[in-house]
Amino acid sequence: MVLDDAAIRRSLMRIAHEVVERSEDPSRIYLVGIPNGGVPLARQLAVDLARVADLRPPLGILDTTLYRDDLTRTGERPPLRRTEMPGAVDDQVVILVEDVVNTGRTIRAAMDALMDFGRPRAVQVVALVDRGHRELPIKIDYVGKNIPTNTRETVELRGTEGGLSGPLEVVILTEHGAERS
Amino acid sequence: MNRILLRGGRLLDPAGERDGPGDVLIENGRIAAVDADIRADDAEVIDAAGRWVAPGFVDLHTHLREPGHEYKEDIASGGRAAVAGGFTAVACMANTNPVNDDPSVTDYILDRGHQDSPARVYPIAAATRGLRGEIMTEMDALVRAGAVAFSDDGATIMDSGVMRRVLEYSRLAGVPIVVHAEDRTLVGNGVVNEGAVSTRIGLPGNPAIAEAVMVARDLMLAELTGAHLHVAHVSTAGAVDLIRAARGRGVHVTAEVTPHHLVLTDEATAGYDTNTKVAPPLRSLADRNACRAALCEGTLDAIATDHAPHAEHEKDVEFTAAPPGLIGFETAFAVVLDLVRSGELEPLELVRRLSTEPARILGQLGGSLAVDAPADVVVLDPAAEWTYDPAKGYSKSRNSPWSGKTLTGRVIATFVAGRLVYSEERGVLFP
Amino acid sequence: MIGRDLLGIEDLDRGDIERILETAEHMLEVGRREVKKVPTLRGRTIVNLFFEPSTRTSTSFEIAGKRLSADVVNFSPASSSISKHESILDTARTLDAMDPDAVIVRHGVAGVPKRIADRLKAPVINAGDGAHEHPTQALLDLMTVMQAKGRIDGLSVAIVGDVVHSRVARSNIFGFLKMGAEVRVAGPPTMIPAAVETLGVKAYTSLSEALAGADVVMMLRIQLERLAGSLFPSVREYTATFGLDREKLRYAREDAIVMHPGPVNRGVELSHDLADERPSVILDQVRNGVALRMAVLYLLAGQPLAGERRGSW
Repeated sequence: MVLDDAAIRRSLMRIAHEVVERSEDPSRIYLVGIPNGGVPLARQLAVDLARVADLRPPLGILDTTLYRDDLTRTGERPPLRRTEMPGAVDDQVVILVEDVVNTGRTIRAAMDALMDFGRPRAVQVVALVDRGHRELPIKIDYVGKNIPTNTRETVELRGTEGGLSGPLEVVILTEHGAERS
Repeated sequence: MNRILLRGGRLLDPAGERDGPGDVLIENGRIAAVDADIRADDAEVIDAAGRWVAPGFVDLHTHLREPGHEYKEDIASGGRAAVAGGFTAVACMANTNPVNDDPSVTDYILDRGHQDSPARVYPIAAATRGLRGEIMTEMDALVRAGAVAFSDDGATIMDSGVMRRVLEYSRLAGVPIVVHAEDRTLVGNGVVNEGAVSTRIGLPGNPAIAEAVMVARDLMLAELTGAHLHVAHVSTAGAVDLIRAARGRGVHVTAEVTPHHLVLTDEATAGYDTNTKVAPPLRSLADRNACRAALCEGTLDAIATDHAPHAEHEKDVEFTAAPPGLIGFETAFAVVLDLVRSGELEPLELVRRLSTEPARILGQLGGSLAVDAPADVVVLDPAAEWTYDPAKGYSKSRNSPWSGKTLTGRVIATFVAGRLVYSEERGVLFP
Repeated sequence: MIGRDLLGIEDLDRGDIERILETAEHMLEVGRREVKKVPTLRGRTIVNLFFEPSTRTSTSFEIAGKRLSADVVNFSPASSSISKHESILDTARTLDAMDPDAVIVRHGVAGVPKRIADRLKAPVINAGDGAHEHPTQALLDLMTVMQAKGRIDGLSVAIVGDVVHSRVARSNIFGFLKMGAEVRVAGPPTMIPAAVETLGVKAYTSLSEALAGADVVMMLRIQLERLAGSLFPSVREYTATFGLDREKLRYAREDAIVMHPGPVNRGVELSHDLADERPSVILDQVRNGVALRMAVLYLLAGQPLAGERRGSW
């Protein structure tokens, strides 16, 4: 385990402070969680923003599957996940929330998807974990923790009660699926 | 003339009620001797150990397509396919172009048969002119020309009045009237057996009752007229029951069943393979089993292939648009051997239904290994496994549901009038 | 899991159906967006091969394909290969040479989509073959019922009308049974196949008995021109015995919904008001149709080709 629930909460609270500090107009903030891991993180961030600056930003969920660039290269099509955007993103400062950013391809897909919901004033990215093996020119605006890994490993946000329920944790799994200490 | 000795086979001669080891000596086109241990020093000896030696098969019901549809088959190719399947004589239906409703066409077919076909060819002439079901043909002239029976086959005579006259008049000719008994109004647009399978796969159903209704009519008319009715390719339990009952009343009726109706069911049509489209259609398991039982008990007298070649472009269409029929010569023996393997039929009885009975129905020689009989003989290996590839067969067409299938039971050699016309090793031996 | 083609509901299992329905629910959301288009199948070609005209179904597939950014090509060869001397093989070969990523086939004869699928590298989606199957229609019907009832398991479904000629009936019978519903069919005895109960349904010749306790009433379209006078005596008698109006609907459960694959013969199998208003869900069926077909295309179209096809038949 590299981050436990308390560490995740501390990171998000810090990010909430940074978001408020760096926003010219906090009333335009529009949070969007990328399923699955980004969704609980975006929710927590919304709670933190309310605490820190009494903000009540819209909170959307945006599935990127239909925008993936590898769909016709893989075998079976991945299951779709929920998309739920509470309103247009025109002139909003959209903050995409993702659990783990690595190649940047999911963020690219999310930005494309986002454009189908309007023309945001700006798009920023929150990553709880940045692994750093970027394959596209994608910049992370708010990072919880930089975790250097090799490409054969995977980094996973998971709930201690299965799926994403219960207290959260971030773990590194080796290519054999074992947890790296 | 050379002499051939078939040595050490299992002799199956239904006409002589013989089933046991022995030798057969062929001389001058005839069977010269049948005995336990024949010594013939100058004869060509063929080792038949482990094999069956039987009278050549006689096919009551085939379509040789000549004249007129030579792109599907002709008498030469059909005759070659026949002997490769162990058939030494085949009766061919009249639905050629022109229709065999005139002695000149009968002459032509016989002539081609003599010249081109290694198997004997027996023309069946049309019962009505142009197969139109209206005016009967010149039966006396046709029989004198060599017709062995009359039939409109698939163009079932729907007019009961015409059918009555055809049956009555046929007594003058003394040959059977062969019927494809299906009431066309009940068949409708049906292309597969009506039942659970047609309901599932959504193809229009042809009900079993369409056959029984017509068989009932024809049996009553045969009873009335005293004519010889031969029911072709019986496929339903209903028709079997009617035939059994009529025969009990003394009606002069004979009947045949095809290898495909004995072995396949309508389940075979579920993949929409047009090579499983036949008329009458492949039926339910219950119907198929009734036909098997009827063949074993003798209600159905003979096995006939209804060899019906069609070109690939004709079959490679929608199921409803494809012409019905399959090619049957080269697979028949292996397919019907199923009845022996299942224990339903003794080998001798199988040969009786492939050879002796059809010859008797047609009133022709054959179906016998008696001394002095024409040496139409087949040597069979009931255990040989082989994979059927119609492209390597002798028919011009390839429409077989057994294509690519591994079959058990093979024709090793076929003799017609004492002449080796087919051997498994060398193929058809006919100029 | 769902195979490479979608030829019939008979080939699917419950898990396959659930996966398609779940995917379709997500596709509905795409249809609600202002920009109703996602780039999923960009650069992919989908061929609508309709041997039999059907504006509704081909349009629904076309919209579905376009919402996924595929190029959709409509191809309507002569309806009978006999008339054009072009065999199914020729058609399949011609198409294969164009390298489509999916081929949607509608044909008036059962089995043609399967025969084409046997010869084609691309996945084949059956858009209705004769009286055999119309799988996407049944799937969208299941989706509609799921939305209206929240479940399919345990429901009673009555399918009314010309069952013998109906691919919609067959696919729905397979689909609802696999999903755990009870299915009854009703219609004039001339329109109910004698062997229909071998499919696992119960057959009725009385509309009121078939409807008793039904949660879903599915009315089938009657082909008036072709059948009046042969399979039933007259339209008047058909409407009186098997046409549905609000009064007869009372035989069904109070909360029953009414479905129809369209287009409706108004005043024949369905009264005018029932064709438009609740409890009819006919427009939901149409809307769900696009999403469902998007789901099917998403799951099947343009998958990497797994080597050579099954070969010839």
